[in-house]
Amino acid sequence: MSAATIVSLPDQATARIPKMNFITKENGLLSWLLTSDHKRIATLYLISITFFFFIGGALAGLIRLELLTPQTSLMAADTYNKVFSMHGLIMVFFFLVPSVPATIGNFVIPMMVGAKDLALPKINLLSWYLYVLGGLMMLYTMSTGGVDTGWTFTTPLSTHYLNTNVVSAALCVFVAGFSSILTGLNFIVTIHKMRCPGMTWFRLPLFVWSMYAASILMVLGTPVLAITLTLVGLERIFHIGVFDPAFGGDPLLFQHLFWFYSHPAVYIMILPGMAVISEVVSTFSRKRVFGYTAVAFSSVAIAVFAFFVWAHHMFIMGISNYSALIFSLLTMLVAVPSAIKIFNWAFTLYKGSITFETPLLYAFGFMGLFTIGGMTGVFLGSTGTDIHLTETYFIVAHFHFVMVGGMLMAFLAGIHFWWPKWTGRMYPEKISQFAAVVTFIGFNFTFFPQFILGTLGMPRRYAAYPPEFQALNVFSTAGATILGVGYLLPILYLTWSLKYGAIAGNNPWQATGLEWQTQSPPLTENFTEIPIMDHEAYDYEWLERQQEKEVASVG
Amino acid sequence: MEEADHPHHEEHPSYQRHHFESVDQQFDATNFAMWLFLVTEVMFFGGLFASYLIMRNWYYRPFVEGSHQLSIFWGTANTAVLIVSSFTMAMAVWSAEVRRKGTLLLCLSLTLLLGFVFLGIKGIEWHEKWEKHHVPGIHQYSIAAFLDPASDPEVHKQYPDDQPLPYDLAQKTEQYFFLYFAMTGMHALHMAIGCGILIFMIVRAKAGAYTAGHVTFVENFGLYWHFVDIIWIYLFALLYLISRHG
Repeated sequence: MSAATIVSLPDQATARIPKMNFITKENGLLSWLLTSDHKRIATLYLISITFFFFIGGALAGLIRLELLTPQTSLMAADTYNKVFSMHGLIMVFFFLVPSVPATIGNFVIPMMVGAKDLALPKINLLSWYLYVLGGLMMLYTMSTGGVDTGWTFTTPLSTHYLNTNVVSAALCVFVAGFSSILTGLNFIVTIHKMRCPGMTWFRLPLFVWSMYAASILMVLGTPVLAITLTLVGLERIFHIGVFDPAFGGDPLLFQHLFWFYSHPAVYIMILPGMAVISEVVSTFSRKRVFGYTAVAFSSVAIAVFAFFVWAHHMFIMGISNYSALIFSLLTMLVAVPSAIKIFNWAFTLYKGSITFETPLLYAFGFMGLFTIGGMTGVFLGSTGTDIHLTETYFIVAHFHFVMVGGMLMAFLAGIHFWWPKWTGRMYPEKISQFAAVVTFIGFNFTFFPQFILGTLGMPRRYAAYPPEFQALNVFSTAGATILGVGYLLPILYLTWSLKYGAIAGNNPWQATGLEWQTQSPPLTENFTEIPIMDHEAYDYEWLERQQEKEVASVG
Repeated sequence: MEEADHPHHEEHPSYQRHHFESVDQQFDATNFAMWLFLVTEVMFFGGLFASYLIMRNWYYRPFVEGSHQLSIFWGTANTAVLIVSSFTMAMAVWSAEVRRKGTLLLCLSLTLLLGFVFLGIKGIEWHEKWEKHHVPGIHQYSIAAFLDPASDPEVHKQYPDDQPLPYDLAQKTEQYFFLYFAMTGMHALHMAIGCGILIFMIVRAKAGAYTAGHVTFVENFGLYWHFVDIIWIYLFALLYLISRHG
């Protein structure tokens, strides 16, 4: 038997989407806008974040266009500052932070724990409305001139010396932050209190463990960002404050408070991606994840260590040598749990029955690119090298490797993986594999030259650069064009699949996990009766016994 | 296992939401959620406390003399008001649990009244600061009282040992007041939100919503109210009582 694919679809001649599902349950715009169903809210989020992703992406396109030439040819330097600031703000707060948690997490976590919904459905809806409100405020900020502080709101530039929309931007991040806090809060309560009978902590899918760790970071870290931005706003309005040296304040205090959230924020962004990779790697190698306990605890370890390393963003800001030493040491430690996960996924693949469906292609992309990004983080965590590499394109390349090569690929892996469950239809495999490869190639052409640019000394956040850097910049922009195609294709074929995709059935991937035991798309209440969990996670033998017993249902 | 597609409304109370398997699970989950929310509030205020820590450490004398401008009388009064209001709130939770609607309404109303008293006293204090030009940034902040303590007889009588500050340190008193208004302002905002929710609760309590066995809302709000009270106690100690030790 040629095991080129594990996809197992019902007979397409007779298969139908189940008549009663969460999409068909109620009709009308209000039934969506006032829903308490976590799956509908996840869908609303998916549409919203895709919208903001393309705005952020357009801004990235503008950045790369400007950087084709060494001079400021396309826009004034001030405008360029606004473009990269808005790109950063939108991508971080309106795409990466909510990406997996608010879409896939919202959709899948209740089913994974065996519950009918999240613990607080109305809070869930509120979090989406806060996201939309923050997004609208962001659009307003952009249309009234934007902000040019960089996404980091560095003081006293932001509080004292600029006349751009700092307060407006701070406010919209504040609002989006509360959206994030509520999502994390909901997940923590759900995972603690709504697990079905028999679902012990160590029977949970590893997706849930990583999402739990990310939720802890959301809940503990984001409020600190909220108060920091409040103080920035108050300073601008009252012209007195704790961050401005002109009044006896300390700009470094701002940095400490800001990075105290913003470092955990990067783990808020990556842990959900790692959550997806655990599921995808297991399913497409037909094997339980190697070292379940290690992967579970490493997620929590990442969350804990995340709070101890923030000053590695401040090595050149004037912290003491002793501070720098301690934070550098701790930064080396925080890399360890991430590496543990990569090793465990690799060992999961080893001697597994691997098939190369699109989610696994994205997962491979993740494993390679995140590893490169992570390892370059070690150069940055070491103070000696950081002095030369910080504020250059090396940093830009580093975080794009982990966030775009890592997180965004994981997000796409997850979208493709759960798409059949979400919509009841399969996406077209060949074109999606093509898009995954195009994305990988485009990504490497875009961001690998930036490592070289950084080591050669090209500073970040500059619209103009010395002419000897042009060739690499052109290379990078060319890559960005390819990358853009790679991201456009899924929008097209996923939309196409909504009408023309093959009917997926309950479990097209033959995956373990309670969500695959429900119909596709699921019922509003997920389960007709609350399941009892009587087997370990990733128990493929249990799945085989199930499949022997069940008859594939038709409509 | 329960049949979720044929909800038997006679088998579980009307206030049990359908995604919960039992009222116990519902209460457990929402209570846990409120505690978790309060943890986020601790982190939120934590940023302010961290800023206060650094600034007081750097500018101790200006902070001392700034704090001498606050009225210990009103501060203590407010502290007493909030502690009593926490007591009335706890009594409200008890009343809901033993299903005594009249007592519940009385206790909630007293809590609300005390909340308003607190905000009123805060208003008096802030107004006084405005009059003396101690509101930072706007309204011509004045450092006269710190350059020459004798020029402010009221405060000078209470603290005769206060020395005049050098010019640059006198300017730092503005930092103290920035944090004073930021911290008490953020706290007052939380109080005001609490009072708003109390009004909502009084209306609902009158309709019997909390005395039929479903006390979750009152209990969870009680947690919030106690938290806001605790924050004030820290603020009182840190803002008013800086030099009162030993």
